[in-house]
Amino acid sequence: MSKTENKQVKIVAAIKDGTVIDRIPSDKLFKVASILHIEELSNQITVGNNLESQELGTKGIIKVSDKFFSDKDINKIALIAPNAKLNVIRDYVVVEKKTLKLPSVLEDIVKCGNPNCITNHEPMMTRFHVEDNHTLTLRCQYCERVMSGDEVKIL
Amino acid sequence: MSFLLNCLTNTKHPLSKPITQPAISIQLLSMQKSLVSITDYSKEEMLRILDYAAEFEKNPNQHILDGKVVATLFFEPSTRTRLSFETAVNRLGGRIIGFSDASTSSSSKGETLKDTIKMVSNYADLIVMRHPLEGAARYASEVAKVPVINAGDGSNQHPTQTLLDLYSIRKTQGRLSDLNIYMVGDLKYGRTVHSLLMAMAHFKPTFHFIAPDELKMPNEYKQFCDEQNIPYFEHKELNENINEADILYMTRVQRERFTDLMEYEKVKNVYTLKSKMLENTRDNLRILHPLPRVTEIDYDVDDSEKAYYFDQAQNGLYVRQAVISCSLGLL
Ligand SMILES: [Zn+2]
Repeated sequence: MSKTENKQVKIVAAIKDGTVIDRIPSDKLFKVASILHIEELSNQITVGNNLESQELGTKGIIKVSDKFFSDKDINKIALIAPNAKLNVIRDYVVVEKKTLKLPSVLEDIVKCGNPNCITNHEPMMTRFHVEDNHTLTLRCQYCERVMSGDEVKIL
Repeated sequence: MSFLLNCLTNTKHPLSKPITQPAISIQLLSMQKSLVSITDYSKEEMLRILDYAAEFEKNPNQHILDGKVVATLFFEPSTRTRLSFETAVNRLGGRIIGFSDASTSSSSKGETLKDTIKMVSNYADLIVMRHPLEGAARYASEVAKVPVINAGDGSNQHPTQTLLDLYSIRKTQGRLSDLNIYMVGDLKYGRTVHSLLMAMAHFKPTFHFIAPDELKMPNEYKQFCDEQNIPYFEHKELNENINEADILYMTRVQRERFTDLMEYEKVKNVYTLKSKMLENTRDNLRILHPLPRVTEIDYDVDDSEKAYYFDQAQNGLYVRQAVISCSLGLL
């Protein structure tokens, strides 16, 4: 992280305990915020966007105090912003840096786009196998249809 | 978790003639010995099923299902497929429970598929099911305590159809490898051609796809052919370009697939096989069709020795006998 970036992170205010999701592409920031349902949280939340970034040009950042996201939530972020960085903060110190990595199987994260798929008719979990990380190509375990890119809808 | 398929490793079997056992052990993807998709079977497993089917053809009445109960759950009607499965069970001496139409089943009262399958697996040793929704059989195989055989899940899979197609091809050609397979008609939505393509991919085929633009073979399958180095050719018309064919696999062109009905009227007659088209075709050519046919094959083709579709349907019985026996671990 460059010095300017470091300063900007501070501009967005440090948190004591919680989670910082950094290096979110600017155009993905609100999407990430929405899949995490942070609007439903009563925690203290700081959101910054269009911050200067050497790597990305501009970036977004989300800080949520006293909130530690589950792996399932983290996998959801990986679907939208695979290069974002997630830091777990305890007592103002980064205690864990999580690299977002799309798991090979997505369980109950994505909705099947096939209206005739059993998963859209039964109270059951969806399961998708990641066939290609880069193009985000997923195959439904049940109807066996392939979805990719924008066709992928998060539950 | 993987599971060893008994039928392929067990040395004892009740068939009239001993069948040589494979040296390799075969594994299935599912915890149970279910057959949901044709890709659940390896090449060796498919060949083994075909070998057993050939034994059943020689002697279809084998009482190896004595004391077994097979449930045939048809959440949508399909008389042809149901009769084939039920005949297979009967000729093996098993008993059948089930329903042939969702309106007479508990699912019409709003019961979930899971609950129906859980209930039935308390009673039956094996479930054969057909369902209008894609993925229903996979889900059933996950919640059932007993093996599940998919007899069709929406437009997704119908693996025993594929196995009987393979059986018919091997029986008429004497082999499965290095054949010219021509697929005609609805190659976009036709699940039988997709599954056949995946299954034949093991046997170095050359494919010819004959379809109107609206119903062309999807890119996904053409990419698959490219990856497997399988040559394929696309044609728009059904005419003398079938002269090099070993297998002509006809499918129904369904009216409801067309947004433009004028287009359907035009296409429907272009993809009808007529006996004069067979004049210069190979002697070993055989015409297959998953049936029922509508207008794709003229009735005058029926008398040709190259017409094989009725025998093909009968082969389904032997293949299903083999699949049922193997799923129950009886072979
Ligand atoms: Zn699906």
